[in-house]
Amino acid sequence: MLGTGILKGMVETAKNFAGSYHDPERLTTVEYPEQRIAPKENARQFPMLIHDTEDPMKGLRCVACQICEKECPPQCIYIVKSKDKRADYKGQMQFYPATFDIDISVCMSCQICVEVCPFESIKMDTEFELSNTDRFGGLLIHKEQLAKSNEHYRKIHPADAAASDAVLAAEVAKAQAKAKADAEAKAAKAAAEAKAKADAAVAGTVPAPATSTAPQPTSPPAAPAA
Amino acid sequence: MAEVFQAIDQFPVTLKTWLLGHAAGVMPEWALPLLSAALSITPILAVFPLLFALTTVIERKGLGRIQNRRGPNRVGIPLTNIRLAGFGQFIADGIKSLTKEDIVPRSADKVVHFLAPIALLIPVLLTYSVLPFGRNMVPLDLPQTGLLFFFALGASTELSVFMAGWSSRNKYSLLGAMRAIAQMVSYEIPLILSALTVVMIAGTLSLSGIVESQAEVRFGFLHSWHLFTPWGLVGFFLFLTAAAAEANRTPFDLPEAESEIIAGYFTEYSGFKFAIFFLAEYLGLFAMCGLGITLFLGGWLPPFKFLGFIPSWCWFLGKLVALILLFIWLRGTLPRLRTDQLMGFAWKFLLPMTLINLFVAGLWHLSVTSVPMTVRWIGGFALLAIPYWLLGRGFEAKVGKREYRFAN
Repeated sequence: MLGTGILKGMVETAKNFAGSYHDPERLTTVEYPEQRIAPKENARQFPMLIHDTEDPMKGLRCVACQICEKECPPQCIYIVKSKDKRADYKGQMQFYPATFDIDISVCMSCQICVEVCPFESIKMDTEFELSNTDRFGGLLIHKEQLAKSNEHYRKIHPADAAASDAVLAAEVAKAQAKAKADAEAKAAKAAAEAKAKADAAVAGTVPAPATSTAPQPTSPPAAPAA
Repeated sequence: MAEVFQAIDQFPVTLKTWLLGHAAGVMPEWALPLLSAALSITPILAVFPLLFALTTVIERKGLGRIQNRRGPNRVGIPLTNIRLAGFGQFIADGIKSLTKEDIVPRSADKVVHFLAPIALLIPVLLTYSVLPFGRNMVPLDLPQTGLLFFFALGASTELSVFMAGWSSRNKYSLLGAMRAIAQMVSYEIPLILSALTVVMIAGTLSLSGIVESQAEVRFGFLHSWHLFTPWGLVGFFLFLTAAAAEANRTPFDLPEAESEIIAGYFTEYSGFKFAIFFLAEYLGLFAMCGLGITLFLGGWLPPFKFLGFIPSWCWFLGKLVALILLFIWLRGTLPRLRTDQLMGFAWKFLLPMTLINLFVAGLWHLSVTSVPMTVRWIGGFALLAIPYWLLGRGFEAKVGKREYRFAN
């Protein structure tokens, strides 16, 4: 009959009304500044720059390659490459960002910069209380504010951080293996040369030709730093 | 004891007479009627806007609870930490709307745009002049035309709604205004026809006369409210439905459907003018509820004779608050109708039902002496329930559970 549906609905809303008073479990919201919901792992707001050392400015993983700047759809990243180089976490000499600004009033939190970064350097932060009285300067975030430690990243996104750490560890292991192989090759070459010299000295007056037939250690050509 | 209760009951009246008596010696003769009018108007202007302010908070809190939220609970007394469970919210809202910029569209008809909120508020306030708020408390007792005056003013609000929609030069405003006109004209008819039953029975258009017609005591304790009759019960719900549509309340809030046409006819209003529209809308709802109380719920009369010691104006205000809470509850429950459903409901259901209700009220009146009470009740309900069921069939949901043929 007409009206029964309305009555049914009114009973339902009355149940909600009364229930929300005596059963706090029903309440879907919290009183925000005092109470907070535990952050969700997949949450993301704006990008941050990961650093590994105590001093954030010295340990930034960013090498100012500017891929993120080029890929950013709303063009909110501004990078100036440094003039000099410094050693990165692998000990390789790299550029670093002299300036790294993100305009969070423009950023649309798409995470494309994170996906294109080959250095595990730019990641998404979960900080959302970024309101500011200065809508121009206050929302242009500089690298000092963008730099966050790897521990912070591990805390907010444990799974992603573990994957990122694994990638970096693999890179370091590869670099170390290569360094070791290079060192061995060098040692072997030196030993071979020394041997050849000694042989020549033993053989007599005619020195062996410089084009040594000593087997070169099989080492791949030095790949450009990944 | 009885004198004390009567003194409290008649306190506003005695206060006014006392003030007028003292002013008679000081003020010139011609100023006394003006003072009398001012003294009658002041409580209306004090009580009902305050009730509006509290209603906005209660509505937001109630809707919040219905949706399992807390609702506003922060703003209390300014500059202190006292929160009053959020009941200071209306002060903050008022300050906000008073200090906001008043924007008038460049191509708007500026005079009409300015006049529209005023033309809405004044008739709405005038409707309060004929409502009996308590025993001997009716600011303007029109013995011949009270109800007519109310409906005439209620109908004139349509003009201001269209003024607002037309002068804004905005398609959403105009859409809202057109919807409002269509809705208000359609629902005015069932509204008046459902109120007409009471006029037939009471035999008067005076609203205080209608209240007095319900003062008769049955079975030694029950006041004979018109609600306690078959036609009165049905008429009251028909009246409430039509009143909700007249006051643009959910589920009939098409003229200002936020999700479709922004804010309807007051899309282009901001700041204080918007606040006036908001105020007038709620005052119109309160006036409609007050009329429903007067017609069907015995006005300022208590339901039971032994509760008569509570002041009459408390009964009126209590019933008014109860009806407002009912409207908030409905708003939290019902979704908005579609325009065709709205029109169909008015013309295919409400109008026939009110006509049948008029017929039943006539039969009830004619059979007062000749037919026993139980037969009148059963006959009256049968005459109303069968058409209700027959007419209602067309409005039930025809769609069952949807089957996704290709997805299964």
